[in-house]
Amino acid sequence: MTRYDDLLASVGNTPLVGLPTLSPSPDVRLWAKLEDRNPTGSIKDRPALKMIEMAEKEGRIRPGTTLLEPTSGNTGISLAMAAQLKGYRLVCVMPENTSEERRQLLRMWGAEIVSSPAAGGSNEAVRVAKEIAADHPDWVMMYQYGNDANALAHEEGTGPELLADLPTITHFVAGLGTTGTLMGVSRFFRREKPEVKIVAAEPRYGELVYGLRNLDEGFVPELYDASLIDSRFSVGPRDAVRRVRELLEAEGIFAGISTGAILHAALGQAARAVKAGEVADIAFVVCDGGWKYLSTGAYEGTVDEAEDRLEGQLWA
Amino acid sequence: MAIEVRIPTILRTYTGGEKAVSGSGASLAELIDDLEANHPGIRERLLEDKDGSDDLRRFVNVYVNDEDVRFLGGLEAPVSDGDQVVVLPAVAGG
Repeated sequence: MTRYDDLLASVGNTPLVGLPTLSPSPDVRLWAKLEDRNPTGSIKDRPALKMIEMAEKEGRIRPGTTLLEPTSGNTGISLAMAAQLKGYRLVCVMPENTSEERRQLLRMWGAEIVSSPAAGGSNEAVRVAKEIAADHPDWVMMYQYGNDANALAHEEGTGPELLADLPTITHFVAGLGTTGTLMGVSRFFRREKPEVKIVAAEPRYGELVYGLRNLDEGFVPELYDASLIDSRFSVGPRDAVRRVRELLEAEGIFAGISTGAILHAALGQAARAVKAGEVADIAFVVCDGGWKYLSTGAYEGTVDEAEDRLEGQLWA
Repeated sequence: MAIEVRIPTILRTYTGGEKAVSGSGASLAELIDDLEANHPGIRERLLEDKDGSDDLRRFVNVYVNDEDVRFLGGLEAPVSDGDQVVVLPAVAGG
């Protein structure tokens, strides 16, 4: 069905497209789940809408309530769109080293932005948001890192869509940020098709982002359950940029930089399957399009230049 | 040839400011013991006691050739010459 009563009803049900050129053989195939085809252009529309709907159902928010969220961008943009349509005020806490496009989009959809320090990345945004929440007891923090509705959106949506479109799926590869996508999709497959391997691709940023004052300031999202993941890879900006460009050149897909990191991990799984002589259908997530990252310089010049430009930026 | 270990900013006080040091061992546990011999104090920052045995601290992530060691056997994860080991603090994404 492609007709919907309103924009919010059109979240999810994204296309799954094959990658005939990047797939290594007819037996080992790659499939891209185009989450940029959501209303605000990213996978985060799923958890954002679900978090708001759950909070409404539980009676925690009603039109006029101020919502608060620490976000590096996409979740905030998705929440801003839904909040505007549903009549909520939204305050986003965002690290200052995130792209200008993300800030403009947030403002367009009516969100207010509080900046948190670049050093420490999203850890600092979480810390600042928790302080603001303590000062404003009537505001409601959605808190994507610990809100089960985040994982639930993928358990009820992304997972079943993948199995319906690709019953022969053997691997699922996604980015590890809040961990919501991987946790939710894994919960679905552990129940319905437990042999599916769940693979995490974690962006590795420049040193500034890891500039904690001490190790106790580290952060692991409350949603994270390591038993739901089979392997986890760290992917730096160089591989992410290289792969995101390959995806465009070979398959015509214009994706955001974090998708390059995910594709890198997916190609790693594909190479292992070829070596082992196994048949594999590897589905991975295209989190968003590249539009919001043009100003980062990741798409121009040599890979070396792009890598230098991404130093210190939160590119995923 | 040895194993290259990349050290995060926060732990470089133990390596005289070096971003990367080399070590040896057949497992991550042996590699960390070897690091401790040359950079005293670093072991304590990487490991904690959990139910009577050593385990990686909660906010410490270690990758062997870009793969998280927690999915490769943890401290028993095999390492060998030519491997690259990266140590990073756990940070939030999203």
